[in-house]
Amino acid sequence: MDHWWQKDISGCGLSGIINWDGKRISGAVIKKSVALMHDRGNGQGGGFAAYGIYPEHKDHYALHIMFTEEPGKPTRDFDDAMKETEAYLDRALAVDLAEDIPVRVTEKVPSHPLLRRYFVKVKQGSLKGTNMTEDDYIVSAVMHINDKIDNAFVFSSGRNMGAFKGVGFPEDIADFFMLENYEGHTWTAHNRFPTNTQGWWGGAHPFTLLDWSIVHNGEISSYGINKRYLEMFGYKLALLTDTEVVTYMFDLLVRRQGLPISAACMAVAAPFWKDIDRMEESEREACEAIRMVYGPALLNGPFAILFGHGKGLIGMNDRIKLRPFIAATKGKTVYMASEESAIREICPEPKEVWAPRAGHPVVVEMGKGIV
Amino acid sequence: MTINAKDVYYRDLNERVREEIKKGAADVVLDNVNGQRYIADGLRGKATITINGVPGNDLAAFMDGPTLIVNGNAQDGVANTMNDGKIIINGNAGDVLGYGMRGGKLYIKGDVGYRVGIHMKGFKSQVPVIIAGGTAGDFFGEYMAGGILVLLGIGKKKNEPIAGGYLGTGMHGGVMYVRGEVDPRDCGAEVGILEPNEEEMAELSAYLKEYCKDTGHDYGRIMKEKFIKIYPKSSRPYGRLYAY
Amino acid sequence: MNRTMPPEFRVKIDQEKCRKCKRCLMSCSFGVYSFADRVIPDSNKCVACNRCVVMCPEDAITIHESPNVYKDHPNWPLSIRKNVWKQAETGGVLLTGMGNDRPYPIIFDHLVVDACQVTNPSIDPLREPMELRTFLGRKPDKLEMEMVGGKPRLKEKLPQNIKLEIPVIFAPMSFGAISLNAHKSLAMAAKESGTVYGTGEGGLHEELYDYGPWTIVQCASGRFGVHSEYLNAGVAVEIKIGQGAKPGIGGHLPGEKIGAEISRTRMIPVGTDALSPAPHHDIYSIEDLRQLIYAIKEATGYKPVSVKIACVHNVAAIATGIVRAGADIVYLDGFKGGTGAAPTQIRDHVGIPIELALAAVDDRLRQEGIRNQASIVAAGGIRSSADAVKAIALGADACAIGTAALLAMGCSLCQKCYTGNCAWGICTQKPELTRRLDPEWGAMRLNNLLRAWGHEIKEFLGALGVNSVESLRGSRERLRGVGLDAQTLDILGVKPAGR
Repeated sequence: MDHWWQKDISGCGLSGIINWDGKRISGAVIKKSVALMHDRGNGQGGGFAAYGIYPEHKDHYALHIMFTEEPGKPTRDFDDAMKETEAYLDRALAVDLAEDIPVRVTEKVPSHPLLRRYFVKVKQGSLKGTNMTEDDYIVSAVMHINDKIDNAFVFSSGRNMGAFKGVGFPEDIADFFMLENYEGHTWTAHNRFPTNTQGWWGGAHPFTLLDWSIVHNGEISSYGINKRYLEMFGYKLALLTDTEVVTYMFDLLVRRQGLPISAACMAVAAPFWKDIDRMEESEREACEAIRMVYGPALLNGPFAILFGHGKGLIGMNDRIKLRPFIAATKGKTVYMASEESAIREICPEPKEVWAPRAGHPVVVEMGKGIV
Repeated sequence: MTINAKDVYYRDLNERVREEIKKGAADVVLDNVNGQRYIADGLRGKATITINGVPGNDLAAFMDGPTLIVNGNAQDGVANTMNDGKIIINGNAGDVLGYGMRGGKLYIKGDVGYRVGIHMKGFKSQVPVIIAGGTAGDFFGEYMAGGILVLLGIGKKKNEPIAGGYLGTGMHGGVMYVRGEVDPRDCGAEVGILEPNEEEMAELSAYLKEYCKDTGHDYGRIMKEKFIKIYPKSSRPYGRLYAY
Repeated sequence: MNRTMPPEFRVKIDQEKCRKCKRCLMSCSFGVYSFADRVIPDSNKCVACNRCVVMCPEDAITIHESPNVYKDHPNWPLSIRKNVWKQAETGGVLLTGMGNDRPYPIIFDHLVVDACQVTNPSIDPLREPMELRTFLGRKPDKLEMEMVGGKPRLKEKLPQNIKLEIPVIFAPMSFGAISLNAHKSLAMAAKESGTVYGTGEGGLHEELYDYGPWTIVQCASGRFGVHSEYLNAGVAVEIKIGQGAKPGIGGHLPGEKIGAEISRTRMIPVGTDALSPAPHHDIYSIEDLRQLIYAIKEATGYKPVSVKIACVHNVAAIATGIVRAGADIVYLDGFKGGTGAAPTQIRDHVGIPIELALAAVDDRLRQEGIRNQASIVAAGGIRSSADAVKAIALGADACAIGTAALLAMGCSLCQKCYTGNCAWGICTQKPELTRRLDPEWGAMRLNNLLRAWGHEIKEFLGALGVNSVESLRGSRERLRGVGLDAQTLDILGVKPAGR
């Protein structure tokens, strides 16, 4: 067990949009919103997650892969890394389309990795004799590439969605990836303020796992125990960021353990004992149990997160509201951001604007709206 | 004097405002403000600035005299360590309003967020006053050391608490008036609840009349409901905390 | 009944020498002495501040460790037993003053400095130029210059910096923690010596505004006495996030210390507690720090902003964040830094040593290529010019001294600052005690200290064969470790002696 790890610390600004009716929105919109909060970041990381952008390949897993230097790994010719990766993909998966991710090089983003995307499916028969699901299989393939192939890093792997991220201000990263050419029903954006230079594109946010993506603001003071708790369930925390911890925590609680999302939110931003003590018996019993069982999952310290999962978007902050978080609605669109001005920049006249209560998630589901 | 703030970076905007005021402008109007930080920070004198839009964080930090009228919502950190002046917000406002505020007035028409009036202090003739028309989040008046903090609960939904938890924790000076009831379990151990006396109601009404004039609320309707007074039981809440 | 607390000291009066002048009664601010035909000491109350010893004209007083013996137990030394007894009696949080007094290793004492022999010459600092001038603040990575009439001209002005004639400044100590006369002593000495003092978080007394060019004003979580004029009164503004003696802990100046002058300066009513919240409630994240830094810059015409933090585990990452957030100076306060009052357990068990923190921060800022963007001030355990030289070699631009400055003003390190009874008139607000410290005298003593340290630093530089302090700054090659383990040497970036 490595006890010498050094955590990666950062703050930031975030913005998210979802049209729960499935109407698709241009990437130019989210760019405009997050760009208004330019001063919340420091140019060391910007990124976006977009859902509904690949309708023509909606049944494929879209693997976004960067070939670049990786911290702690030797650097080689990126073409070699690409060849090795593609050979592996051909062996392990059915690759129906492989192409460069289109980019527009500007002076704002002077250097960048080799960026490719692959639309893949799990080959028939691959799951035979295993108790894996397709998702599990894809996760293991992603882990294999990230872990075993030097200079190759999968930065998104969901269906009909993709992450776009890199080192730079988010508006410059949006221009680089030409996000104005994408349309999605859900977008999240992140403007990063790391205390250290990462200089590594994979270190930018969002952090994703299959259809899930997390953008996050704040530093989680309980990181140490959250990390050890996840490790107990076999997670390898390679990036040492809070965002990674949040993503895996939801993966553990929701996907693997099957908790309802609102219960998972209650575990990570637990109600205070003083409030639990006032609840009626069955609710009190449930909340008490959550705190007793999921104590190590409590994300303690300042955070605001946006959690996209393909079927909706969840936004929430910590239980004493140490990070700003504003939500708004107009028609069938819900907006969430660190600052109200970032919402007004793209929706000047929202129907409703409010500051969600500490630890109380805003849960939006496709087809339903805010639940 | 009107300045169009559309897409103007905060540094340029604030520089413009300072210049205009230096040149003697008594009234400055900022149109299309959206997210620009630090408006009127450290500004002294008697100018009036009207802000149309949503100003960014730290509006009027360290401000010492001017009057600001915000036609829109305000974000976090309004009136941070403010010394004097007046701010009228014709909308809602965010968290940590009036942090360490020592003087002047902050009138918010609608709801306010968490930690409002935190560590507000009064000093001699300076009595900072914050009046919020709607509801408030947790930690209302935390560490409060002076001044007057008023919460009206206008537009509050039935069964919705007027303020969050931990109201007045660490309060050791000043006074709060809340229109309606608070659950004592949501209050800090350092505060007591009483009915305001006549003299106090007279002082409060004077502020509320001015507030209603500024924000357009109906004074008569506000006064129909009863107020409670929340006060610190001691100016030395932690006297017994230490072993000497 | 207080019988479980044994006296720490025993006061002895030589009754033959004693002329019964009662100076001891007047001197003692802890109520040790009474008089009934002769001077009678109550040893239970003695804190060994030695004021009476110094003031006794007959040299008739001696203070001894208490000879009372308790059965020894290595896991339960008497100091720990006393803490338990005291808490059993009071139910209170243990308080203390000054810096950490636990016997942690002192890394400075395991570092030695180089000197020139034969292959390059040492320099005689008394007769040849030797420069200590130091500028604190942001420097650009490069200059834009042009030649006008054969002379260089700057195309763009440098950001404002603080000019020091000696790389030692006086650490921020608030008016409230220390007396107004102590503040005056520091201000006068800073002016005379060409350095700066910090106001600490208690505002700036109106009589001290004239010393603005030698003052760094502070904005801490309590925002006491902070207003527009105050922010503009000094050469820089310091945002205090933390203090080495109590990282992560707020402050609490008890109401009895809030007299008229403190009330006026802090701008809070007489007799109320002055509570400093643990965090700034407008800083919960790194981007919030930037927000406050720029709020202050906007309010001060872009004066340098210093951010003072306690040295904690992730100090290097935190410091880089501070620099990226726009700070011009990073002030690192190690865990041996002093305090007017802190919970004992926090003081003694939270934080890391300045030597390691400083080395880690300087390294990281260089790795990130942002070392020019901010100066580093090292504090929290600087006891001598040798410590200062070693800190500068590890990477500090300047050092700050708090405890050493208090010692210069008469302090005897009795560690009872939190009682408000300081017999030397430094850490007290009682008028009968504060008048014991004459600001002129205090300033003279502080100037003497800086003059002596200045000479000594020049001697070090001369021995090193360099005649300007910037040639020592960050030059860890001129340090060697003695008796330090490999890991510590690696963090310090220093070779073992002999290599």
